[in-house]
Parts: sequence; structure tokens; C-alpha cells
Amino acid sequence: MNTIEHEVDVLVIGGGTAGPMAAVKAKQQNPALRVLLLEKANVKRSGAIAMGMDGLNNAIIPGHATPEQYVREITIANDGIVNQKTVMAYAQGSFDMIQELDRWGVKFERDETGDYAVRKVHHMGSYVLPMPEGHDMKKVLYRQLKRARVEVTSRLVATRLLTTDGRIAGATAFDCRTAEFHSVRAKSVVLCTGAAGRLGLPASGYLFGTYENPTNAGDGYSMAYHAGAELSGIECFQINPLIKDYNGPACAYVTGPFGGYTANADGQRFIECDYWSGQMMWEFYQELQGGHGPVFLKLDHLAEETISTIETILHTNERPSRGRFHSGRGTDYRERMVEMHISEIGLCSGHSASGVWVDEHARTTVPGLHAAGDLACVPHNYMLGAFVYGKLAGQSAASFCAEHELAPLDVGQLEAERTRVLAPLLRERGLPPNQVEYKLRRMVNDYLQPPKVTRKMEIGLERFAAIESDLDQLKARDPHELMRAMEVHFIRDCAEMAARASLYRSESRWGLYHARVDYPERNDAEWLVHAQLRKDAQGRMVSFKRAIEPYIVPLSDSERAAYRRLRIPAAQASHAAPSPPSQSSPWSPP
Amino acid sequence: MSQRIAISLSPSSVPVTVDEDKCIADKGCTVCVDVCPLDVLAIDVSRGKAYMKFDECWYCMPCEKDCPTGAVHVDIPYLLR
Repeated sequence: MNTIEHEVDVLVIGGGTAGPMAAVKAKQQNPALRVLLLEKANVKRSGAIAMGMDGLNNAIIPGHATPEQYVREITIANDGIVNQKTVMAYAQGSFDMIQELDRWGVKFERDETGDYAVRKVHHMGSYVLPMPEGHDMKKVLYRQLKRARVEVTSRLVATRLLTTDGRIAGATAFDCRTAEFHSVRAKSVVLCTGAAGRLGLPASGYLFGTYENPTNAGDGYSMAYHAGAELSGIECFQINPLIKDYNGPACAYVTGPFGGYTANADGQRFIECDYWSGQMMWEFYQELQGGHGPVFLKLDHLAEETISTIETILHTNERPSRGRFHSGRGTDYRERMVEMHISEIGLCSGHSASGVWVDEHARTTVPGLHAAGDLACVPHNYMLGAFVYGKLAGQSAASFCAEHELAPLDVGQLEAERTRVLAPLLRERGLPPNQVEYKLRRMVNDYLQPPKVTRKMEIGLERFAAIESDLDQLKARDPHELMRAMEVHFIRDCAEMAARASLYRSESRWGLYHARVDYPERNDAEWLVHAQLRKDAQGRMVSFKRAIEPYIVPLSDSERAAYRRLRIPAAQASHAAPSPPSQSSPWSPP
Repeated sequence: MSQRIAISLSPSSVPVTVDEDKCIADKGCTVCVDVCPLDVLAIDVSRGKAYMKFDECWYCMPCEKDCPTGAVHVDIPYLLR
């Protein structure tokens, strides 16, 4: 079988949220550029927002919030470990992006005066803008891709980035229906492959019962790592409060403004703020450990009209099969609280902070390689952050093309990758990919799920090393199974990164996301830094520190501790577990 | 051995079902196959109908929502129900 060769100026990998935006913006900046959007599924319905989204979680709208206020809130929510310049670049681009999406046909909720109907869900400021008709988001993006004349491919699975002398040269991919191997030479590449959503195994045991779209197996984390890019905050896991078994969002952001809230088994509030953070998850965990669980989403006290509105939003957007799940269990929001639980772990900067390191122009540490969306390390960036960083990445990638020619192709690198990718198809017999994936992800749960224990993570590394040698035995019976086999490679890389990054940061931080039993204290003297990870010249996975740039938005002492005071005091609730004393004092700014 | 492979490839029930009376794959329609993020649907060429080929459903529902004739139905996978 021949290798199918492509040559473009800008290659965008991933056609979900950030990717289409990056492709459109690169093309708008220079319509003469050849821009290729490489998608593993089909851009019409792919990625985290395949079925749309019910709102913006981080809208910064004049009159409701300022960029400075938002940067302050995210700095605090992420326990001080942020490059404020990157969060500020998002914040300053936020309102322009909302207006552009509005012009493109996205419908946002407005109040009776015509102003955007912003709600408060975060601990400090107001940033939530509902989109009750947000189910058309992908159609809106698709129209823009057509208008900008972006070339789009479907069903091509990117496997590795090509580099020459440390600079980006393109990428390799294969067709998950025909197994044809593709090489794409490009002057610049934008990586938009989403979260590592298939890392931990859901409690259901079902491989595809994940919170994130399971197509997002951590492909980009692995590809960026092997290309030599720096990754950051991998130890700051994504762990979410979800509907038990269904594993989708309970959507406190949607229900909160209507009067819904997270409650314990007695139906009482135990956290002041439902905004997802490690500190919030810590309180959730404490409530379960303290015998006051399960934890529920409580709506049964609301009026019929309110509940109908909530149902309409939740059962038509983002994860519309929620309604079907609830009716199967006999759960009616009017009569019963919705049982929730703590999810398995994942990597996702859209919700927490783990990602490929980028600067405020979406540039990674590899020249010519850019990243945006859930896999790019801009903490708590969510969907709107994916759009803003998609725009920045597309523009940066277009600018890079103006100054660079194609890097020469390393033929040896290309051939080695072709051999690696096609090997599972050629093998006579071997291990079934779904079994290797199941075992790997079960080990992730056994050894990495917080609270993190040093000895367990060390054993985890031994197991992941053993599974690495098993990868040479994977057998794929058809091109589809080859896709699953290559995804197991991605997942294994992410598991090793998660273990090594967690072992490196010898302190506790971000509530449950990085609660280390052997190092229960937060240690600002040594660890108020970014913990980075990359592949060194010898091919080893190495960790190192990167200093936090001086803050551009200063914080007061009282603000700094805000996210440590999420638990409702005992006088207001019938009981209360103590906050983690070790992590409770405010940190000192860098 | 061949029996076991056959069963693992085609379980007795899958989350995505297709009403063959409504399915118009024989007229060239491939919408449900195209929109699936996990690429688990396919057209049975001999019968001209869509079916779930791989039991790897995220119960996300584009196949059901986008089907022009309402032939596709998504059930929550049994393990989660």
C-alpha cells in the first residue's frame, strides 16, 4: 500500500471546537494559504460539542465582568499556578469572540432589555451566559469552514507529528476505514485534539462511558510529547462531579441560576459554589468519606415551570440522552434528586489545567507547533477559551508560514512511523486492543485515582511499563480496530505522564486533583511553580520546574484564600467535615 | 472458535437500532454513518440498511437526530442503564 502524500501551509489536527476556528482564522488572515483540517471523525458532529453546548461558562462581558477580575478568579481557582498572560489573552479576546459567534448565528440568552443574560456560578464573579438553543454550534462552525474554503478530511487518525531539527515538519495519519497511510507536510501545525478523556476507567466498567467524547483519547498529549514539546500541570487531573453511571454533567451551571444545587444525602447544601474546581471536588470527596453521601443534584424543590425549562435545556443540548437515562431509572427531577458521583481521572485544561504548554499566542515550545482547546494549558478555558485560542493559534500559524518554508522531510522518521502504525494489522495473532485498553485503564484507576499514594503510583509505573511492551503484540483485525489499537498507545503515554507528573510534585495542591497522602501539606516555598514534563534527547520522560511569571494582575491576601472557603460552615449545615487543614492557608504570590 | 468470534462481533443487542422499514440507505443515504464520532455504524451493502457494526457507543445521538427518516434509535448502553 502506498503512502498518500499531502503538502499544505497550515495543518490543523482536530475538527471539534478550537480546530475549525483555527482553520477559519488562518484562512482569513491569508486566503492564499493552503489550510487542511484533519479530522478523526466528521467535522459535522465531532469533538466535545458534537451535540452543541448549553452555555458559555466563562463569558467576560463588559458591565458584568472585566478581564482583570476574571484573571484574578482563575488564578485563585487554580491555586496560583497560572501564566496570567495566557489567561489574560483569553479574557481580552472573550467578548470579541462572543460578538463574532453572535454574528455567525449562535443564539445567546438575552434579558428584557436586550443585554446578554449573564449569571453567577463562580465563587466570585459572573461569567455564565446560557445558550438554550446551543445545539446548532457545529452547524454554525461548518458554515464558516465552507465559506472560508478550508479543505477538510474525515476519518483520518493522526498518529505522530513530524519534526526536523526540532522544528515542525508535518504529521502522519491513517484512514480508519481503509488503513491507508498518509503523510502531511506543513509549514505550521495547530494541535486541537481535545482532552485525554479515556484515561481512567468509568466506575461502570464501560470503556466508552466517559465524560469526554471518547474519541478524544489523549492523542494530542501523546503526539506533542513525542515531538519534544513541553507539557504542564499534568498532575492537576480532571475529576468531575457527574451523574452516576451516565457519567455526563449534572449541569449545576445550568440549574444553579434556576435554584438547583449540589446536596448531600439529607438534601442539604455543603458547598457554597458549584463551579468545578479541585477544592470543590475535595469537599465532594469529604462528604462521601464522612458518610453523608451519596451526593445529589437537587431540583425537586423547584416549581413545575422551572423544572420544565431545565429539562428542555438539559435534554436537547450537550448530552441530550440524559433524559432517556433518567426515565430508564425512574428519576423525575420533580420527585427525586439525581444521584451523582466522582468521575474517573482525565487530562483536560478546558476544565482543570493539564495540557501542552502554550504562550499567549498559542505557540508551544516546538517552533511551528501551536495548540488550542482542551489540550492546551490555559487553565479552566472551557469552550469559549477553545474558540479564542483557536483564533490565536490560527493567526499565529498563518504568521509562521509568512516567515518559514516547509521543513525538509525526515524520510527515516516517516518510514519508521508507517511501520509502527501498520504493524497491528500485519501481525498474524496478538492481543485484542479492547482488552489491553481495559486493563490499562483499570490500572490507572487502581494506582492514580486521588488521593494519590507514592508507592501505588510507583507500582503503576511498573504496570504501565509492562503494558508498553505488550503494545508490540497488539493485533488489529480491521482498520477500525487499528484506530483503537493506536489509541491504546496514546492512553498509555498519558497514563505514564500522569504518574510521573504526580510523583514529581511532592506536595498537595488543587484540592482533590493533586491530594498526595504522603505530602499532605501545600508547600509554596518549593512548589509555587509550574511542573513541566517533556521527552529529553535520550528519549526519557523528564520533569522539571518552570518559574511562574510575575503576576500582571495582583491579588490581595483575602482573595487568595477564597476557593479554600467553599464548605458551608457547620452552623448553617447540619454537619460539616473539616477542610483540609494542610491546604487551607493562602499562598504568597510569585 | 469461529462461533465465538461471530458472537463477539455481533452481540444479541446493541445500543443503536435501525428501523429497516424507514432506513433509506438503499437510496444512498449515509447520514448516520457519517456523523458518528466513534465510527461504529456501517451500511450492510447486501441489504441496503444501516446497522451498528461496533459496540462502542457514547450515546451522544447525532445518528438519531440527523437521520432524515427517523429510522435510528439510541438506547443507553445496558452497562449504564
